[in-house]
Amino acid sequence: MIYQGKQKIWSDYQKEIPDDHWFYVRSCIRQSFFPASEAHFVKIVRDLLGRDLYETPHHTTCGGIAYHSDTIPQETAMTIVARQFALMKEAGYKNLVTSCITSFGNYTEILETWREFPELETRIRELLWKACRREFDKPEYVAHASDLVYKLRGEIAEKAKYRLVNHATGEPLRIVEHIGCHYSKMFPHKGVGGAEYPCVLSGMAESWGGTVIDYPERRHCCGFGFRQYLVKANRGYSVSNTHKKFESMEPYNPDVIITNCPGCPYFLDRWQYVISEQTGKTYGRDGFGIPVLTYEELAGLVLGYDPWDLGLQIHQVAVEPLLDKMGIEYDPSAKYLGLNKEDILKPGLPSVMKCF
Amino acid sequence: MAKSIVLVIGGGIAGMEAAKQLLRLGIEPVIVEKSDHLGGHVAQWHKLFPDMMPASDLVEKMAAGIDGVTVYLNTQVANMNRLKDGFSVVLSNGVAVPCSAVLIAAGFRLFDASKKEEYGYGIYDHVITNSDLESWFNGAQDSRIPDNPANVAFVHCVGSRDLKAGNPQCSKVCCMTAIKQAIEMKEKFPGAEIWCFYMDLRLFGKKYEDFYINAQQEYGVHFVRGRVSEVGEDINGKVILKAEDTLAGRQVKLRADLLVLMSGMLCNEDTRPLASMVRADVDSDGFLRSRDNIYRICESNKPGIFFAGACTGTKTVPETLAEARAASLDIYNYLRGND
Repeated sequence: MIYQGKQKIWSDYQKEIPDDHWFYVRSCIRQSFFPASEAHFVKIVRDLLGRDLYETPHHTTCGGIAYHSDTIPQETAMTIVARQFALMKEAGYKNLVTSCITSFGNYTEILETWREFPELETRIRELLWKACRREFDKPEYVAHASDLVYKLRGEIAEKAKYRLVNHATGEPLRIVEHIGCHYSKMFPHKGVGGAEYPCVLSGMAESWGGTVIDYPERRHCCGFGFRQYLVKANRGYSVSNTHKKFESMEPYNPDVIITNCPGCPYFLDRWQYVISEQTGKTYGRDGFGIPVLTYEELAGLVLGYDPWDLGLQIHQVAVEPLLDKMGIEYDPSAKYLGLNKEDILKPGLPSVMKCF
Repeated sequence: MAKSIVLVIGGGIAGMEAAKQLLRLGIEPVIVEKSDHLGGHVAQWHKLFPDMMPASDLVEKMAAGIDGVTVYLNTQVANMNRLKDGFSVVLSNGVAVPCSAVLIAAGFRLFDASKKEEYGYGIYDHVITNSDLESWFNGAQDSRIPDNPANVAFVHCVGSRDLKAGNPQCSKVCCMTAIKQAIEMKEKFPGAEIWCFYMDLRLFGKKYEDFYINAQQEYGVHFVRGRVSEVGEDINGKVILKAEDTLAGRQVKLRADLLVLMSGMLCNEDTRPLASMVRADVDSDGFLRSRDNIYRICESNKPGIFFAGACTGTKTVPETLAEARAASLDIYNYLRGND
């Protein structure tokens, strides 16, 4: 591997990311999958690093999940997106930052479509006005939340309590980064580092002390792929894709997987349980799986937030081996205590993969 | 009466052959070449298909044919103006060349394979181009080429017939070059399996089909009809290719010790500024535009400006040489006032 070759490509895909004043739009599903990720993004960006980040309770789904599942036409998704832009205009913001990769892809695809077909934008403006008497301005910048954390990675490193380094050996942790398909595969120039060798997550991992693994199936889909999973008959295909990735990354002994998509961490995490039950195989050390984190969760760990406040007990794969490697102090008995120390109940344990 | 001077821009095989023919026709050619050697790309090549003639033999033979011709190496055209009965040309070395006609034989450049990011040229340790392999055949050291490869893969059409790469035209020579190089690799490494991934095999020339059949029957080269979608690297540094075998209707994955990318031919970057000096037309593909593509291929749309070789489009060596001869005759007739 010639690292300088990647750096050359990265230099071709530098994305302009404004430093401040963002209109933040959340994901439909991430708060169910990773309940503290978005909350910690807001805590880190707004409260810790002092950036202006605005949210509105009137924000809805962007329609991307329905569009990619073929249940609504693109014009409908466009009108929903136009309404989000109207909310942003009303709030006085010009920079849009999305939590969800599919939303990011949806917003980007729609703006590019309007650029190519301005008459369609005109029609959507009419439809929005008829539907809810709103008008919109197009955002000046659209970023994914991981773009913003990438931009702020140096400030996060300065405030870090822990590093992505093995506490016992001093060796950098071995990081697998997995980029959501809708981040840059459709529009390579809209993603930091392009589509083939994106550096949005690897840049974070390296800034925080880790080393990034490039394995043969790095670009392969996580297994979600919308219809691969949403159509029940296709779910074997979904898990087989995930299986292919784990078989490919296994020789590199990764310590953790980080992702920037709603679906990827969910499927890379949950399917490890399914694979272990089906085949008896686990991919972490000593019978554990490989922990799969969102980039906000990883940033939260680096900054010293409590792992259980970060929602890491919701993951299928046990995160304790990672916490131990990083030398993070945590209370094992508090794992299944939720807000106000309320017992959220310990789940049943898998028969193969070790969990706590 | 003084001989007419013709400026030949480009000292590749087109320029050299045209200069030789112009000399024979009683015209004084002056060659200007931007690099430090004559022979262009062919001078860097090892053997030429289908006869496997050493490229150095051809270049040496051609160099002997232009003995005594004024040649300016490491030199480019700085300025060129049309006069009433010819051209006033100033070279980058300060030399002024008044001439009666100009032959543009500026050749081509190879597609930069690193632009096809999915193939990992410049990123993965064992990915090279057709040009790199020819240099290695000629004795250059290349640590990317392993000692005893078990599998060597060739990908055809890298940056040619590729709309996304901005280069829709066929490079014409890559199919045969890949087959030639596959045979040469098999000769060097008899134990290796050689794989060619192709879109279509365009084997139009004399002996080309024989060459292809021989590659399969005598050398056991595997031909897979399908494009490589992505390339990665495994933990041992081997190259992993993913492709579709469109004839078998299945996906294939190959672990190779070496991947050779057949970079396509593009117009030279300095062709456009050169054309603009004399207001010659440039075609939509970036190559120079001939008066037509059937009858007056060597003529530009401007009197006194002629073309030869790959500056007007991708060509094989024999086609280039034939065109250089034709261009010389066109120039001769132009100077004599023949239509």
